[in-house]
Amino acid sequence: MSVGIRIRRGATIQLKGESEKILSDATPSKTFALKPDNFFGIVPRLMVKEGERISEGAPVFHSKQDPRILFVSPVSGTVKEVVRGAKRKILKIIIEEQAGDVVTHKIPASKSLNRENIREILLKSGAWPFIKQRPYGITADPDVTPKTIYVSTYASAPLDVDFEFLLKNNKEDFQKGIDVLNALVENPVILSVDAAFSGFFENTKGVELLHISGPHPAGNVSVQIHHHTPINMGEKVWEVRPEDVVNIGRLFDNGQYSSQRILAVAGESVLQPQYVKTKIGALISSLTDITGFDKSQQNRFINGDVLSGKAEAPDGHLDFHNNLLTIIPEGNHYRMFGWLPFMDNKIPSLSKTSLSWLFGNKGYNVDTNMNGEERALVVTGEMEKVFPMDIYPMQLLKACMANDIEKMEALGIYEVIPEDFGLIDYASTSKIEAQQIIREGIELMIKEAG
Amino acid sequence: MNFLRKKLDNLKRPFGKGQKWEKYAPAINAFDTFLFVPNHTTHTGAHIRDAVDLKRTMVTVIIALMPALIYGIYNTGYQHFIQTEEAFTFLDAFVHGSWKIVPMIIVSYVVGLTIEFIFAVYRGHEVNEGYLVTGLLIPMIMPVDIPLWMVAISVAFAVLIAKEAFGGTGMNILNPALTARAFAFFAYPTYMSGNKVWVSEASNIDGISGETILGTLAAGGNVNYSFFEMFQGSIPGSIAETSALFVLIGAAILIFTGVGSWRIILGSFIGAALVGFLFNLWGANALMSFSWVNHLVVGGFAFGVVFMATDPVSAAQTNKGKWVYGILVGVFCILIRVFNPAYPEGVMLAILLMNVFAPTIDHYVIQGNINKRKKRWASALKTA
Repeated sequence: MSVGIRIRRGATIQLKGESEKILSDATPSKTFALKPDNFFGIVPRLMVKEGERISEGAPVFHSKQDPRILFVSPVSGTVKEVVRGAKRKILKIIIEEQAGDVVTHKIPASKSLNRENIREILLKSGAWPFIKQRPYGITADPDVTPKTIYVSTYASAPLDVDFEFLLKNNKEDFQKGIDVLNALVENPVILSVDAAFSGFFENTKGVELLHISGPHPAGNVSVQIHHHTPINMGEKVWEVRPEDVVNIGRLFDNGQYSSQRILAVAGESVLQPQYVKTKIGALISSLTDITGFDKSQQNRFINGDVLSGKAEAPDGHLDFHNNLLTIIPEGNHYRMFGWLPFMDNKIPSLSKTSLSWLFGNKGYNVDTNMNGEERALVVTGEMEKVFPMDIYPMQLLKACMANDIEKMEALGIYEVIPEDFGLIDYASTSKIEAQQIIREGIELMIKEAG
Repeated sequence: MNFLRKKLDNLKRPFGKGQKWEKYAPAINAFDTFLFVPNHTTHTGAHIRDAVDLKRTMVTVIIALMPALIYGIYNTGYQHFIQTEEAFTFLDAFVHGSWKIVPMIIVSYVVGLTIEFIFAVYRGHEVNEGYLVTGLLIPMIMPVDIPLWMVAISVAFAVLIAKEAFGGTGMNILNPALTARAFAFFAYPTYMSGNKVWVSEASNIDGISGETILGTLAAGGNVNYSFFEMFQGSIPGSIAETSALFVLIGAAILIFTGVGSWRIILGSFIGAALVGFLFNLWGANALMSFSWVNHLVVGGFAFGVVFMATDPVSAAQTNKGKWVYGILVGVFCILIRVFNPAYPEGVMLAILLMNVFAPTIDHYVIQGNINKRKKRWASALKTA
């Protein structure tokens, strides 16, 4: 069965520095890190001490709310440092890689796999955090039976990856992972693919295919769910990223936690943008050693895409979920008279007060300049242009700012996560921080309404 | 550029964090950011940002206002010289108009921006650019001979009562520029209507015939202007509203750049044309039988609809709401013109009225969306 979804509103921002389809191995990463902040809504409880030896796949911390949810080490080695921030909040746990054991779990024969033992293996092995749950995009709750599971291979963010290329060596593990996920839910897994291109994902067995076309944010799972079967109050839906489907498939193949990460290293500052294979939480420098980057300027390293990713220091580590590492120049410079209409047309703009739409063929140069200052919300209608859901984004944002839970609920907070507002952040004339507002709104919803 | 930047940085030092003039930083920032887009980088949310900002948006509106303003300045001189029956050139008319209008603009900006700066410092936020447009609109919709002190008081009233009292830019219910005009209209009616106020220095001229077309019609008189004169704007009226042609050029700029809502502009024209046409069929008096096409080009209709009904803060905010709001502005404008000859210019009151109702329109549009969602939840529960 297959359904098509065509998104019209939105914007594809063509940037310079797209990854070439070359796959290299990263240089060995001395340390790896786990960052509890990568798991929205999780409060960590440490299970290791600094200096302790740890096997690959052994738990590092668990969720305070649900001790069954384990977060495990991608490598064997020594816990080098627990980095803490304000109020002793754990920011990251750094593990120094050394040769050592690998934790292996016993996998029942595929015939005797059922919902119960799959859940148990996923939890015990540390693969559970690969599953995210809607509403809110939190780590999935093991006691929930979701309506269905979405896997999106259509990536639409600026410089985003091509999963077809990224997983070309993992076709069997992908199918295996889909089979495992299918056993977890009643309805078949929903696999979204690019409508314009039929690759190996088309041949995946046991899934409902969703053919997606259109500009960003068409690749966002929220948009796909909204147009397929929107989430109602009380319903739960799960989401797994394509490479994590492979990791789950591999776990059920050999019983070992798999933390494969292939990332596209992209962006204007990257000298040889390409795909690099490593493991979750590796040092960013182990990737940039391969691709290089322009060291003559200040750069911003982003775990994820330029719209919804997280900034990281050049000597920092990769995040848990992202398949994209973007590096662009910082924009801490002044521009004379930059506020005049039709000035500086080389900056990509969705507004017709710029002629940038004439110059987009070869991709735009971008930097991190705000291109203005934050102002009161004045302009209306611009958010709707980049928000392809039947939700009023500005009104939802205002409800979040006013902490009006009833209104947030009525206006559709269950159907969105912060990343859906990435383009609104970008396009906003008043330079509002829409993703931040939605994140705070969701935190309030979790606190107050559960 | 670097030299200027260094000078500015030196100048700004005492306004920095922890320095003695820190409180007044918004004032100096307002000037600085008009020379340079600041070096601020993104810290939360999206890492890249669009080139558009509120300054650029507001400056686009000012550019769109220029054709109407320049024509308005010329027309001020033109109306004066044809009444005095002196020979004049284009330049004479333009210079005469400039002497009248530039002081009004200066007064409007000085008074309005002073209040804005005081509030920015008092509230500790940056100066919003909205007043750049409001401050230009106010003189453009006043009669040419209004005393400057009245302009000043109207501006102060509009900024304090219509805007800052509601919480500043983005929070106001009514369009500030129209509030200024409405204030002047009700506070100083003798300066805002009649047949003496629309022509520059009319009081020095004997036997003037400077009534606006709508005023003439309301008084039951005959209109002696051709459609082309009305369209081009060589007729008496508030300073910059008379020329539908130059207003439409502005409208084209606003619509092309996406700064003004085409839904509101088109909706208003449709609403007004429809009601005007219905009255033509009825035709009980001079105003009713005044052709619907002419209704669209005389008075402040075109100007009000293009530059004031589209003010995003006081208009409806949803796309569906914009249609309803626009159409109703057009409908009420003609209704007021025809049924209430005491206020021959209906567009001002029509827009202010719809400003008040815009949140209600949006409420129903949003409620429709909410009801749809709740219905879906209910039916999902039933099937589950």
